[in-house]
Amino acid sequence: MPKYVDRERGLVSREIFVDEEIYRLEQERIFCTQWLFIGHGSQIPQPGDFFASRMGEENVILVRGKDGQARVLLNSCRHRGMKVCRYDEGNTPIFTCPYHGWSYGLNGDLVGVPRFKDAYHGELDRAQYGLLEARVCDHRGMIWATWNFDGPDFYEFMGDMLQFHDSMLEPTDGGDGEMEALPGVQKWVVPCNWKFPGENSIGDHYHAVSHVSVELVGIGPGGRGSTRHGDGGYRPLAMTAFPDTGHGSRGGKANPDAVPRYPFPAFSDPATEAWHRAAWERHTKNRPGERPAWDRLGNGGNIFPNMNYHTRWPRTIMVAHPAGPTTTEMWRWFLVDKDMPYEVKQFVRAYFLRYSGPGGLTEQDDMENWSYATIASKGAMARKLPYNLQQGLGHAVDSEAPIAGARYSGGFISESSAMVFYNRWQDLIDR
Amino acid sequence: MTATSEDQLERLLLRESVSEFFAAEYDLLDRRELSEWLALFADDAVYTVPLQRNVKYDHLERENALGPLDTAWFADTKDTLSQRVEQIQTGVHWAEEPVSRSAHLVTNVRIVERSPEHGPAQTVSTRCRILVYRNRLEREVDLFVGVREDKLRRRDATWEIVERTVFLEQNVLLAKNLTLFF
Repeated sequence: MPKYVDRERGLVSREIFVDEEIYRLEQERIFCTQWLFIGHGSQIPQPGDFFASRMGEENVILVRGKDGQARVLLNSCRHRGMKVCRYDEGNTPIFTCPYHGWSYGLNGDLVGVPRFKDAYHGELDRAQYGLLEARVCDHRGMIWATWNFDGPDFYEFMGDMLQFHDSMLEPTDGGDGEMEALPGVQKWVVPCNWKFPGENSIGDHYHAVSHVSVELVGIGPGGRGSTRHGDGGYRPLAMTAFPDTGHGSRGGKANPDAVPRYPFPAFSDPATEAWHRAAWERHTKNRPGERPAWDRLGNGGNIFPNMNYHTRWPRTIMVAHPAGPTTTEMWRWFLVDKDMPYEVKQFVRAYFLRYSGPGGLTEQDDMENWSYATIASKGAMARKLPYNLQQGLGHAVDSEAPIAGARYSGGFISESSAMVFYNRWQDLIDR
Repeated sequence: MTATSEDQLERLLLRESVSEFFAAEYDLLDRRELSEWLALFADDAVYTVPLQRNVKYDHLERENALGPLDTAWFADTKDTLSQRVEQIQTGVHWAEEPVSRSAHLVTNVRIVERSPEHGPAQTVSTRCRILVYRNRLEREVDLFVGVREDKLRRRDATWEIVERTVFLEQNVLLAKNLTLFF
């Protein structure tokens, strides 16, 4: 196996973005071994509620059982492979395959086989033919699953990245409120390799030129002319990434301005502005002297391999599902505080939708870059030229990392976190 | 002419007026006269493109995710539509620079509601079908087909768009972005 990622020289082969064989290896060695984000508990509140999701290329069903447990089942009949669920979401007591009628309970058990007594002579070992059930972790409503039954548990997999991930879940007032996903998931197809969104999300602060049109127009929540992340809060250029797991966050060192200050952007909607002012009042009582974790730790990151998130403005999760070496199916969820008043949810929803997704003023330019970088990397000559990730190479200051074992980019923009992503990729492919 | 045939003639002329308005509007989009296109929207206009769900036959009312908090492709006002237009006009919105080619078709135009019922209509609700072809750079082609519902309000001798809802007939969007208008 040749090395595709040259750690010392900061070079990454283009083959890994276009090659069919490498793509197949990724499915085995990455998507069958890592924990993958499936959905949010608020999508399936009641027993029998289900949500059709994916784990890489695999179709799975996220379903809440009669016991209240969230389970993840491979959506493929054990008889002849037909999908047993072709609805996006709903509530059901049972999943019945439309092909020959095998039926499965909410826990995946095979509970019904037509003509079991005469055609199968009562001999089929039904206990062996339940839907394949993934290993699941429901972490504060975030439902993750893996096919790696003997590997690390979710908390080992996340390591110290967990606090960055959890900053997305932190209630706006720093209290103990819950978060909910807005109903519905945006799903769309981008002709690029799945690693582009991951690399972008772990930390590419160099790509400001991609979004210059957004800044020219000024799309922020404060209305015309306001910046897209708002003017409040701290947006560090530094990045933190974890070489052992491949996860990383944009940001990660405490703001030099240690005094907590009002962290929200201005909102053009008075109700939204007032709600955030009141939430900050509560925050100063709930967590005296503390900055919100999302303000302190950065505005987003990537959980290896393919789940990325923004903690605020917008507050959103995107999973980049591989769908072929040069095709990615993107799924995007939007999150809000559950106790946010209805009209405030409406305002932030509209803002989120014009920021992210295929209609998002910001995300559109990213997808153009990723798709034409993919196309222009396919040629026999082009493939010989590795991508250059030398920015900041050798200048990461691990000793200044906020957490032991993390790689800290130092105070500058750098490609050090992207290299952590690709190094982890190479580690898993080499196994 | 009898009262009935006068009424029929008036309805025919109304439909013709609306169809002509839609055709002229799409002509502006294909000619990339986006500021002129934007001017056809009322100041209080709402522009919505919902997601479409795969649902059971007896839950078809849930197919179009029209709930006020549902995730959508677009939940725009005239102000945010104008941001989209301005972004393209910066000349550095790379998803539309160079600009894509498009051909917008509109057909099956029906007036489903009008007010007042008789005499010159001041507002109309319409349903039509749209087919939008986009060709980008060299070989990138997208085809969007959908049902569109509009609410128009009389503006001088013509109309302005007050509400537009576009039902793109796709579940997973088979395009990398939505930098265009419907």
